[in-house]
Parts: sequence; C-alpha cells; structure tokens
Amino acid sequence: MSNSHFVRTQMLPPQKPPVGETGVIKWMRENLFSNWFNTLLTFLGLWAVYALVSGSAPWFLNGVWTASSVDECRAIIAASAGEGASGACWAMINERWHQFMFGFFDREEYWRPLLAFGLLFVALSPVLYFNLRRPTMIMTAGAGVVLVMLLWAVGTDGWHLSLAAVLMAALAALAWVAPKKLLWVTLAFPATAFFLLWGGSVWAPIGVMLGFGIAVLVWRSLVSVIGVSPAAGVAALTALIWWGFVQGHVTGFLANALPFFSLPAEDSDRFGGFLLSFVIGVSAISASLPIGILLALGRRSDMFLIKTLSVGFIEFVRGVPLITMLFTASLLLQYFLPPQTNFDLILRVIILVSLFASAYIAEVIRGGLAALPRGQQEAADSLGLDYWQAQRLIIMPQALKVAIPGIVSSFIGLFKDTTLVALVGLADPLQGVTKVVKADIAWKAAYWEPFIFVGAIFFIFCFSMSRYSMYLEQKLKTDHR
Amino acid sequence: MANAAKMQVTDEVAIQITAMNKWYGQFHVLRDINMTVNRGERIVVCGPSGSGKSTLIRCINRLEEHQAGTIMVDGTELTSDLKNIDKVRSEVGMVFQHFNLFPHLTILENLTLAPIWVRKTPKREAEETAMYFLEKVKIPEQALKYPGQLSGGQQQRVAIARSLCMKPRIMLFDEPTSALDPEMIKEVLDTMISLAEDGMTMICVTHEMGFAQAVANRVVFMDQGQIVEQNEPKEFFANPKSERTKLFLSQILGH
Ligand SMILES: Nc1ncnc2c1ncn2[C@@H]1O[C@H](COP(=O)(O)OP(=O)(O)O)[C@@H](O)[C@H]1O
Ligand SMILES: [Mg+2]
Repeated sequence: MSNSHFVRTQMLPPQKPPVGETGVIKWMRENLFSNWFNTLLTFLGLWAVYALVSGSAPWFLNGVWTASSVDECRAIIAASAGEGASGACWAMINERWHQFMFGFFDREEYWRPLLAFGLLFVALSPVLYFNLRRPTMIMTAGAGVVLVMLLWAVGTDGWHLSLAAVLMAALAALAWVAPKKLLWVTLAFPATAFFLLWGGSVWAPIGVMLGFGIAVLVWRSLVSVIGVSPAAGVAALTALIWWGFVQGHVTGFLANALPFFSLPAEDSDRFGGFLLSFVIGVSAISASLPIGILLALGRRSDMFLIKTLSVGFIEFVRGVPLITMLFTASLLLQYFLPPQTNFDLILRVIILVSLFASAYIAEVIRGGLAALPRGQQEAADSLGLDYWQAQRLIIMPQALKVAIPGIVSSFIGLFKDTTLVALVGLADPLQGVTKVVKADIAWKAAYWEPFIFVGAIFFIFCFSMSRYSMYLEQKLKTDHR
Repeated sequence: MANAAKMQVTDEVAIQITAMNKWYGQFHVLRDINMTVNRGERIVVCGPSGSGKSTLIRCINRLEEHQAGTIMVDGTELTSDLKNIDKVRSEVGMVFQHFNLFPHLTILENLTLAPIWVRKTPKREAEETAMYFLEKVKIPEQALKYPGQLSGGQQQRVAIARSLCMKPRIMLFDEPTSALDPEMIKEVLDTMISLAEDGMTMICVTHEMGFAQAVANRVVFMDQGQIVEQNEPKEFFANPKSERTKLFLSQILGH
C-alpha cells in the first residue's frame, strides 16, 4: 500500500449549474409547471391568450385609416384581405376625431381649450411636485412642447401658435428660476381656463376671482382679532356680498370701459367630447378634495351642529345615485335659483358632481384620520398648536398620505363617471359624441371603433393618475419600516 | 447621585391642585386630589396600573378635562377658556410613553414646528435652538433623519428636546421609559437627570425607583384614583406607611 494521496492545491472554478436550474427554464419550472394543476392552468391560459389574439389581431391589422364611409372601409378590406375578412374602420376616427375631442367647439378656436389644457399641467406641476425645480420645469416644458405640437396638429393660425409658444417658454423659464412662483399660475388657473373656454369679457372671471381675493384679505385682517371660525364666516359673507351685489356692476362697467380684452363667446352646448369630460372632471376633482377634507373634519368635530350637518350631508349624498344628482342639476336646481338667473348647465353639473365626489372623498379621508394614533393629536395639543394648525401641519399630511390610494381611486371613478352626463343631454365622448357621429349615414355601421378609441384615451389618463399616486406614496414614505 | 447644588426647591408655587375630581362617564377616575408642586420640585408619581397616574398629569395640561375642583398652573386656572389652556400648554412640556414624534417630519422639523407656529420664532432662530437642545440630548447628528430611522431611546430623547424647544417652565413625563428596550432606558434617564440638575420643575410618572431615589424630592403613590401617600424618597422606600404602598413596593422591588 503506498502512502501517497492526492490533495488538490487549487480550488476548481465553480461549474455552471445544469441547464435545468438556470434562467428561463428554471423560472418556468418553478412558476408555470410546478405540478400538474399549474401545468393545466398554464396551458389553459395560453389557449385563452391565443384565442383572444387570433380573434382580434386581423381586425386591428386590417384596419383602414383613410376612407369616406364604413362601406368604403369594407370594400378596401375585402380587396386587400379577401372577401369576408373583418377589419377596423379607423377612418371614422380619422375624420371625426375633433368631435370626440372638442365636441362642437368652433374649429378656429381650438387653440383655446388646448391652451387651457397646457396651462392645466403648468398649474398642476408645482402642486404635484412640491415646487421641486427639476420635475416642475420638466413638466412645464413638456406641456409646452406637447401643446405646440397639438396646436400645430389642429391647424392653429401662426399668431396664436406663437403666442402660446412664447407663453409656455416663459412659464418653463419661470419654473426653472422660481418654481414657487408657479403657484400664482395655479391660483389664476380657474379664471384663466374659464375665460379661454367660455370666452366673453375677461372682466367677469377676474371679478369672480377678486371675490376670493377679498375674502382672503378680510380673513387675514380679522383672524388674529376674532379667531379662525368667525373670521372665515365674515370673509365668506363679504365674498358672497361681492359676488351677489357688487361684482356685476363693476365688471359690467369695466367691460364697457375697456372692451378690448374679450374672446368670442362659446355657448355651453358647444362643449362635448373629452373637452367636456375634462372640464367637469378637473373642476370636480379640484373642488371635491378641499370640500371632502372639511367634511371629514366636520364629521369628527365635537360641535354638535357641525357634526350633524357633515354626517347628514355625507350620508345623504352617498345614498343617492349620481344620476339623480345629474337630473337635479339639469331640472330641479333651476327652481331653487332666483328667476332670470341663467345658470349654465355645465356649471350646475360641475357643482353637483363636486358635491357628490366630496362625500366619498370625505369618507376616504376619514379612513386616513382613523388610522392615525391618538398620540399625534395629543402631541400637537401639548405643544400648544391650535386646532387648525394641528390639522394642517400634523394630522392632514399624515391622513392624506394614508388615504392616497382611496383618493386617487375616487378621482379615477369620478373622471370616468363624467360620461354619465350623457343622460342629461350633454355630449360626453362615449355616448353623446358617438351618437352624433353615427347619425351620419356614412359612419352608421361602425360599432367598436369609437368605444375602443374613447376607452384608450380614458385608459391613458386613468393609468397616469394611478402611476402618479404610486410615485407619491413612494415619495412620502418616511416611516422606513 | 445627581448634582444637588442647582436642584433647589423654591417657595414659589408652580402647580396647585385643589379638591380635584374627574369622571369618565360613571367611572370616578380621580378622587379628591390635592397636591402642590413648588418651582424646582421633582415629583415622581407611582402606583399600580389603572390607578389614574396618566389621567392626573394629563389634567395638568388639559389633555383631559376635570369636572370638579381647581388646577392652577403658574397662577393660571385651567377652565374651558381656550386662552388659559393655550397659555398653560405653552408653559408645560409633555413627554409621552410612545414618544408621539411626528413621523412625516424630520427630527429638526419636529423640533422647530411649535416654536415657529406657536411662538412665531423666526425659522433660523428656531433651528439654532433646536440644534442646541439636540446637542444637549446628545444626538445632533440625527437632525435630518426621520423619526422612523431612530432607535426608541433616541426617539424619546428627541421628544424631550422637542418639548424643551418651547422653553417650558414645567415638564410632565408619562412613563417615558416603559416602551423602551432595557439597554436604552439609561440614556433617557440620564437626559432627565441632567434636566433635573438644571432646575426644571418635573412631574414624572415612572416605576424607575433608582431614578426616584436619585433625583426626586417627593414620591407620590396613587391607588384607585387617590393619592394614598407621599413622602421624600428615602422615607417613602424605607418606611411606607400604608399597607397598599407596602404591597406595591414589594411587587415592584421584590424581584
Ligand atoms: N378615555 C377613557 N375613557 C374611559 N376610561 C378611561 C379612559 N382613559 C383611562 N380610563 C380608565 O381610567 C383609569 C385610569 O387610567 P390611567 O390614568 O391611564 O391609569 P394609569 O396611567 O395609572 O395606568 C383606568 O381604569 C382606565 O381604564
Ligand atoms: Mg398610564
């Protein structure tokens, strides 16, 4: 027996694992074929995907973009893909997209809603991105570029195109130099958008905004003297007096004295399509959040009257279908308003949709409030913060953070529900405009195309909202658990 | 032992509680509380769980409302008058068992929030004060972190610093160490001892009898909503008078 033995002096490099244990194959084995039931499900799933794609792919692939009627579309498809082949007739969208987008707005005035749309993103950027310079500036500049392209696409005249381009460039520069200053754009946005959309004299929307300005001034000068709630009451009263009795005379006088600042008036029945959905959706979303916050706080208040009113309002609104509210807007509200007030139908719908949404938002926020430990309020109290300071600085930031997913869900639901205005005779993109387009004998036979087109646009906006909410949740995450 | 030189008790009355009673609905949680705290005094309150210790000190800054009797803090009577409540709260700091830091704000923001909004201190000045007190509780390097990134002991020290930033004349502590892991208790107690050495008037609910012996000049024993017995620490631990006190002490010192 020899006494020698072999000892390795160097370690061998690790060998590659066998093929079955790496990459795709390993992943598939673990996730798709781990047992017979999973395998069965995998094949069923594959079959379903195949059926779906093979059923619809030809329809999309055979799609025709230029034709003057559905019949012509069919002829083209039959010629290229054979008799009996199915295909989409996108020509309908190609020819009528402007109605899906703008309803019956004057074609020469398309720059107005588009500019308002562009400014919307400028106005949102400081709010959505907390005045952070880079994202604010990117959003503003991006909105500017897209806006100019859209304006060009709808054939805007050179003068308005360059006006919009210069304005957006200036705002992007402002976003870079002083992102906080953009909040002024946000504050001025409601009046600006109203002026751009409805036209008429510029003094009317300025007058309405002045009412808010007056209220803020009154509040500021009184709050340290008589306390938060009475000051808010007096401020609201002053604003109401201004709107009710004074504003009309002042703006009427200004409109006569300085008539040059005006745009051709667009009637509300010209609004339709996504323009209508956006006007209602954006207004109701931005109004329902603050109202919802107040209702949620009211519901938790110690004061009996405020609590009862809040609970009553929330429960009543939640117990009534939205459609009822819309009919109220279109029919009933007119009875309650003083005669001769010609209160625009879209404005009425916006008010009732906002109230409707705010009840849901209030409940979502109440959920967020309930999730806060009681100690937060106590710590704020023990430091001497007053009620409103505690709500604003301590309670709401945390409650809203918890409530973000619910709030965004409500917003998405609200935005999609704007299509229900079809029921009170407004031309929503889904039913209202489609009906108008299909009233044309040439497009009567189209069926899926408008739904898919409108659905896709809704999807883009709702999906963006959802992604933004995820960004926000990530951004506000400070608990590091 | 703590440095006794500066721990002088004065004759000036800081808190005067007279014939105070409180109910939660039908439940009589505090009965006939009479208690005087002089400026510079350090009082430790102890007693079995549920005896009303938290409720008592929470009445002193009106986190809870009492229904009968009077509470005077620095000459201001606590009534439902909001002005008085605000005045008392801005003079009385409170530290909670669960810290109650604001999780969405950085440590520095936690400390500067109340000075800026309540005292209207300029931001720069509030931040300087905040850094001063963070140095004092020995965690200035954590200023820009969020509470969730700190250990329990560090969070409680931040909570103490947050109260101190309001320059209170009285500090209330409600079991400040009972939510802490044992190895962190000392750092918080050390902070409190140094506060006592600076002459702060303190009422502290705690079962840390070592702390009571080191800094308290009076221990108050509560049971079933009443003050059963109060005495200076040496006497209190050596010769408890009532049976209930003896039982309680044997329970917490027994093992
Ligand atoms: N908000 C409340 N409502 C009703 N009962 C309460 C409330 N807070 C405390 N209690 C009761 O009051 C008693 C005293 O509580 P507390 O002061 O927290 O005791 P301690 O701090 O001494 O443990 C306990 O029996 C407790 O159950
Ligand atoms: Mg307690």
